[in-house]
Amino acid sequence: MEKNNAKGWLYLLPAILFLGVFMIYPLIDVFVYSFEEGYNSASQTFFGVGLYNYSYVLHDPYFLQALKNTFLLVIITVPLSTGLALLISTGLSSIKKLRNLFQTVYFLPYVTNTLAVGLVFMILFKKTAYTDGLVNLMINWFGGKSVDFIDGPYWAKMFVLCFYTIWIVMPFKVLILTSALASVDQNYYNAARIDGTSKFRIFTRITLPLISPMIFYLVITGFIGAFKAYSDAVALFGTDLNAAEMNTIVGYIYDMLYGNSGGYPSFASAAAIILFAIVLTITCINLIISKKHVHY
Amino acid sequence: MKVVLKDLTKKFPGQGKNAPDVIAVNNFNVEIPDGKLIGLLGPSGCGKSTALNLISGLLSPTAGRIFFGEDDVTDLPPENRGVGLVFQNYALYPHLTVKQNILFPLQNLKGEDKLSKEEMLARAYDAAKLVQIEGLMDRKPKALSGGQQQRVAIARALVKMPRVLLLDEPLSNLDARLRLQTREELKRIQQKTKITTIFVTHDQEEAMSISDMIIVMESGVIQQIGQPQEVYDQPVNMFVAKFLGTPPINMFTGKAQGGRLFIGEDDVLPAPGTPDGGYNIGIRPEGFMPAENGPLCCAFRRIEVMGRDTSVIFSHPAAEADAVRAIISSANKPDGASGKIRFALRPDKVFLFDKTDGKRIAFRAE
Repeated sequence: MEKNNAKGWLYLLPAILFLGVFMIYPLIDVFVYSFEEGYNSASQTFFGVGLYNYSYVLHDPYFLQALKNTFLLVIITVPLSTGLALLISTGLSSIKKLRNLFQTVYFLPYVTNTLAVGLVFMILFKKTAYTDGLVNLMINWFGGKSVDFIDGPYWAKMFVLCFYTIWIVMPFKVLILTSALASVDQNYYNAARIDGTSKFRIFTRITLPLISPMIFYLVITGFIGAFKAYSDAVALFGTDLNAAEMNTIVGYIYDMLYGNSGGYPSFASAAAIILFAIVLTITCINLIISKKHVHY
Repeated sequence: MKVVLKDLTKKFPGQGKNAPDVIAVNNFNVEIPDGKLIGLLGPSGCGKSTALNLISGLLSPTAGRIFFGEDDVTDLPPENRGVGLVFQNYALYPHLTVKQNILFPLQNLKGEDKLSKEEMLARAYDAAKLVQIEGLMDRKPKALSGGQQQRVAIARALVKMPRVLLLDEPLSNLDARLRLQTREELKRIQQKTKITTIFVTHDQEEAMSISDMIIVMESGVIQQIGQPQEVYDQPVNMFVAKFLGTPPINMFTGKAQGGRLFIGEDDVLPAPGTPDGGYNIGIRPEGFMPAENGPLCCAFRRIEVMGRDTSVIFSHPAAEADAVRAIISSANKPDGASGKIRFALRPDKVFLFDKTDGKRIAFRAE
């Protein structure tokens, strides 16, 4: 038994070594920095130890803005994108003709570069001196007034950001849900049909529970992904996100490290730890909820 | 409820371009009497499951009509036919408890048929009691054995009091011992509910043991319909004779000549009135009787004793298979020391089949 133990640890060693050096050590380091006031990475010095970094970050209006943006993004995009993906994949699995074509079409955004998509979105939504952009043209056509989605009011910018995020994350979710739907045993549907189950009831009482593990997986990864959003905002609004009021928590961390106002690894670490705490809490809540509602 | 199939045909488009249609069910004409247990029997891929799905309504026929009693149900969707179907893999909803599974069909009822919660529960418990699973109502299907799952599936099919109960290979997922037990159970449930029950199986023993009537089919065509013993004793053709019976029937080539029946060179039985010519001859294993001066002379191989049965394995030059098996009573074990063994034949266990179309040729041995 003892000998086996040693052997086991030996097998685990490479993984432990890499994880330790490149994951656990940095994690602990960030945690430590977040308590060191005025840490300077060049000279490796700091003034003192305490909660000042947290206090600063939590009172920083830019951070609060980023926090608000991130939460809005999460709360809007995760349910919407998952719900839409469910609709689309249900639709996909109920058609036979052209199914492969549609599957490919829906998957295209996944293989498209984020920044390229951002550029296209900007062209679609931006209002310039020369043109109002395609979306505004459509709004005008329906009798609405032009809105500047990129440099205009907060809600318009938030709308574009959410729209963009949903569009970007959708294909993966559609892919996962389509395969989850395909893996439901046809016999369950046959049994339900024999018993005269309505389509709606089949969907809510049979399909949904059977694919619930996959939906749950998408919700959790969706939450985590949305909390870590940054590149989407950059693609749409450029790098000066604070000025655009469109910063996210990760964006804030980046700015604190390398941005124009950067050079504050302690503040960045504190913000990172706060983000970590938020994600951890949300994921735990998700897990508790899923225990009740996810089958298997 | 009487079930009548009239000229029922189901074709599936062939795979690939210009492939001919696959005829899974070919021109079925059957009248299944009310309240009986019917076995639909045939080898794998013969179309028996397709036939069942046509009756259930999951598939719609290419041609022909289906009647339940006097009602033409051909164009009705499955839910309006009043059928209960037990799937081969049971198809119990894995996320619902046994109770919820059994309640499920009742909760679908709408309008006039809608039941109160108490009525539903009462009926679910009645169904559960019938298949003896009252104690398992709060378990999930995963926590049940195969036999128990099967009972739940039957309860779920019975709870809405179907006019016809259909079972697709109900016993094939069970181990040998459970299979024996469950088939008795099936018979008991059927006799108690008196619901016309049709079950599909490829296992002839299963079909023979509990069916009131069996339908033997091959390649989409009904070969024979009748009571199990009758089909066994009077097979209409070589396929039915070969398909029914364990151990299987032994086939020989032989001929009729001048009112006598020959197997190879051995003059085995009188056959007055049988036209001269070559025939395929089938002899059931129990049709051989060891006799010192018996007409059929064979090369002795060995004796197998398995429980109550004693089998003699021997070979004969005119036999289709290399080894021929006879089942004899244990009392008179033959002595194979000489390397030869002689048999007399029981004429009612000997069948003559036409060489070209395999049809059985009637013959009397007097």
